[in-house]
Amino acid sequence: MVWAVFALMTGAVVLAVLWPLGGARAVGAHAPDVSFYRSQIEEIDRDLALGLLTPADAEAARSEAARRLLRASDAPSAPMSVSRTGIRLGALAALLLIPAITLSLYGFLGNPELPDQPLKGRQPERQGQFEVETAVSKIEAHLAANPNDGRGWDILAPVYMRLGRYEDAARAFGNAARVLGETPERLTAQGEALVYGAREQVSPQARANFEKVLQLNTGDPVASFYIALSREQSGDRAGALADFMALAGGTPIDAPWQPAVRARILALGGTPPEAQAGPKGEVADAVRAMPTGEQRATIRSMVDSLAARLEQNGNDVEGWLRLLRSYVVLQEPDLARAALMRAQKALAEDADALRRLEALAAELGLKG
Amino acid sequence: MIVEIGHYALVLALALAIVQGVVPLAGALRRDVALMAMARPAAVMQFLLVGISFGALTYAYVVSDFSVVNVFENSHSLKPLVYKFSGVWGNHEGSMLLWVLILALFGATVAVFSHGMPDDLRALVLAVQSWIAAAFLFFVLLTSNPFARLIPAPLEGRDLNPLLQDPGLAIHPPLLYVGYVGFSITFSFAAAALISGRIDAAWARYVRPWTLAAWIFLTLGIAMGSYWAYYTLGWGGFWFWDPVENASLMPWLAGTALLHSAAVMEKRDALKIWTIFLAILAFSLSLLGTFLVRSGVLTSVHSFATDPQRGVFILAILVFFIGGSLALFAFRASALKPGGIFAPVSREGALVLNNLLLTTCCATVFVGTLYPLALEAMTGEKISVGAPFFNLTFGPLFIPIILAMPIGQMLAWKRGDFFGAAQRLVLATAIGAGGALVLYALRGGPVAAPLLSGLALYLIIGSFVEIAGRIGGRGKSLSVIIARAIGLPRSAWGTAFAHAGIGLTLFGLAATGWGVERVITARVGEPIAVGPYEVSIRSLEPRLGSNYQELVAHTSISEGGAVLAEIDPSRRSFTTRSMVRTEAGIATIGMGQVYMNLADVRADGTLDLRLYWKPYVALIWIGALIMALGGFLSLSDRRLRIGIAKRAAARASVSGQAQAAE
Repeated sequence: MVWAVFALMTGAVVLAVLWPLGGARAVGAHAPDVSFYRSQIEEIDRDLALGLLTPADAEAARSEAARRLLRASDAPSAPMSVSRTGIRLGALAALLLIPAITLSLYGFLGNPELPDQPLKGRQPERQGQFEVETAVSKIEAHLAANPNDGRGWDILAPVYMRLGRYEDAARAFGNAARVLGETPERLTAQGEALVYGAREQVSPQARANFEKVLQLNTGDPVASFYIALSREQSGDRAGALADFMALAGGTPIDAPWQPAVRARILALGGTPPEAQAGPKGEVADAVRAMPTGEQRATIRSMVDSLAARLEQNGNDVEGWLRLLRSYVVLQEPDLARAALMRAQKALAEDADALRRLEALAAELGLKG
Repeated sequence: MIVEIGHYALVLALALAIVQGVVPLAGALRRDVALMAMARPAAVMQFLLVGISFGALTYAYVVSDFSVVNVFENSHSLKPLVYKFSGVWGNHEGSMLLWVLILALFGATVAVFSHGMPDDLRALVLAVQSWIAAAFLFFVLLTSNPFARLIPAPLEGRDLNPLLQDPGLAIHPPLLYVGYVGFSITFSFAAAALISGRIDAAWARYVRPWTLAAWIFLTLGIAMGSYWAYYTLGWGGFWFWDPVENASLMPWLAGTALLHSAAVMEKRDALKIWTIFLAILAFSLSLLGTFLVRSGVLTSVHSFATDPQRGVFILAILVFFIGGSLALFAFRASALKPGGIFAPVSREGALVLNNLLLTTCCATVFVGTLYPLALEAMTGEKISVGAPFFNLTFGPLFIPIILAMPIGQMLAWKRGDFFGAAQRLVLATAIGAGGALVLYALRGGPVAAPLLSGLALYLIIGSFVEIAGRIGGRGKSLSVIIARAIGLPRSAWGTAFAHAGIGLTLFGLAATGWGVERVITARVGEPIAVGPYEVSIRSLEPRLGSNYQELVAHTSISEGGAVLAEIDPSRRSFTTRSMVRTEAGIATIGMGQVYMNLADVRADGTLDLRLYWKPYVALIWIGALIMALGGFLSLSDRRLRIGIAKRAAARASVSGQAQAAE
């Protein structure tokens, strides 16, 4: 359907430019100029009649205009013509160039298969969103009146993250830290919010956050990852590569950040340690060439495999916690909630594990 | 599907633009009528395609289709409908689409309204215009695509910057762009003239309506922008010599110079090289402005690095078009025959003076805008060049322009009579001087205020002296005068109104010297004196807007106990972007305004206020409207005029007159 419309549009355009090729006739080259100077002379007579010019002035002006008129009609110029070759070349340009350029460029840029998604047609999706938003605006109103309610900020911040309101999330994490104190978790979360808000650029402020985290919590993998990323972005590729390598080698092979770390290592031209786990050869090239979106997809598949492993052996509280975080980072709150329920079932006998799940769920805004 | 149709139309427009840039050009060079004829339907079609594209994006905004990245980033489902429309160009990608739409619009108008124009000139103009369009379409599609999609689509957008949620956004950018981009067509005319070698009086005639149109819209756009800044930013200022403002002022100055030199070229076949140069300059400055604003160079030299692609792309466009046209210019300029000859004291001479002063003004603004950027780029040192620099340089340059304006209107073509002209201006001079004295006696204030208002009065009166001389005269009856007034070419009226408009604006500017500014803390009910008036806040009221909450201060303005006006300044908090914006309360009394801004509301119930009394301030913008009216009058003058040589009975020997005896 959409291609039919495209074809019609292209046809109309080609036809419109081909049209004049048929009906063109040769004309004298200077006719418009001559008529311009003629009208200037007529104008003088009209002014004279109106009394705006004295006869002497009119005479002077007329002779000047007449001189220009003579020059315009005497000017030598090549005659205009219509040539068969010309028409053929013009027609060829219109018939070939227009469709060729359009199709190749649109093929590269366009998404012909994507339908419009006006908000009206998305009611079911909106319903859930609406509830979240009502809750958010209630909390916002509450916090506007009680800006020192640190727990409130702690609850609101991850919700902002999930809604993609990264600047707000960063502000909220900052407020929570101001009231309740800076913890590695809050600093990391705020840092990540800043990074997402800046289109994945690690700003100096975000970097300062991660540095603080590392002071509090040496070797924190998430902070190390972003410090390395900021090195890469500031041009220190060798340093970044070394950092990523250390991170890849120093943390469990199935940690949720491993895929991202490996992707960075590949992008920097390195080979990830324990190469059997990472993509090699042609696969490596493929990952390196991936745009960020596809890197995300790869990460997602890694997360999926973690989920599958936990499905078989649910007695792994660390694994569940990682999975919940990963889902929230991937902005999959529903999957996260489902995973939370499965985790609670799998770990029902372990009170300590349940408490940790509860705490994380609250932090990530999965409750309520 | 509509979104993708818009996307496809944009790509198709690019393909068409490339063909339109090549085929008619080849036609003009081969003198082949058929190939040249392709230009007209192509230009119209191009406009339709970009129009479809623009319509599709607007549709996406109106229905809140957040699968379009641009809509997601700049809209919100709760945004009032009018801002869903105007929000289309309230962002980088959409505004570039508007830019391209206007480029195509000018191409299409030339294609439709150019019956009297030679075929080869039209073909070349449309081809060059299409080159510009193709360059910008490439830019839009490759670096700033408004139709980029986002899957899965978010459920809510990030909303438009609250500062832009204002009726000003609906009016200011389109007006400004029509002006800015309008100079593209004069550029195309200049390039076409250089390619074809057709650089003569007739050319000047063909280019004139488009120069005028661009100038009118640029004037309105700048004025509207300044008024918007005035009522929105809360500082009571209307011109900040901000680089972005300067970027629009420079093309205006060059365009004004172009308008005047093109008049000389049309009537007298002189100043040809200079006119062509100005046509190139005006658009080059528009491009430069776009580059400065879009590349991120302006806010900081470093933000260039965040999106180097865009900056480099526009820089490449800039270099290609300015460099290319100047190369053509250098190639052709030497071959130009000098045209009509004139004495220094003549209409032409006055217009040359006007051109010199205007381009010097333009150069001053250029230096003041770019020097800090260049300095920072080279040494890292940050300096700010602000109002003091411009007041010291721009001001003194503009005063001689204003003094000369009425005199220039009075001088005849070819050889003028300076003393005769000066004599006829005695009345205007007397009113100006008298007005200055009276205003000084009444209002006092800084010396500049009465002096500049006097100058403004001189200009307003002086603008109409020439017309009065032509239609009036001793013993003429009223009907004769009216008949003559109607018979007068509209362009003469246009000149008079445009010049008088500048006088009005100047008067408004001068009167700022008498303004009163108060920054105070007040309570509800407490009377505050501002200039001749008394302002008092009657009550505070919280209100809920569609996407904001606001606190409104109901305020009344009274003089001697009688209430003259009520204003409702407010503070608005926009939740989505968690930003606060103040909404100034403005009451126009006479030509002056009381301006009140709610800077802060304290916990103890007191309010921090900025209050101004600005006498005659409205004249600044009314003057600009009158200028634009002058432009419209001139544009409606279809008739052609030719320079009249006043035969001087006695000839004083002036340098250059040896040739003048032709």
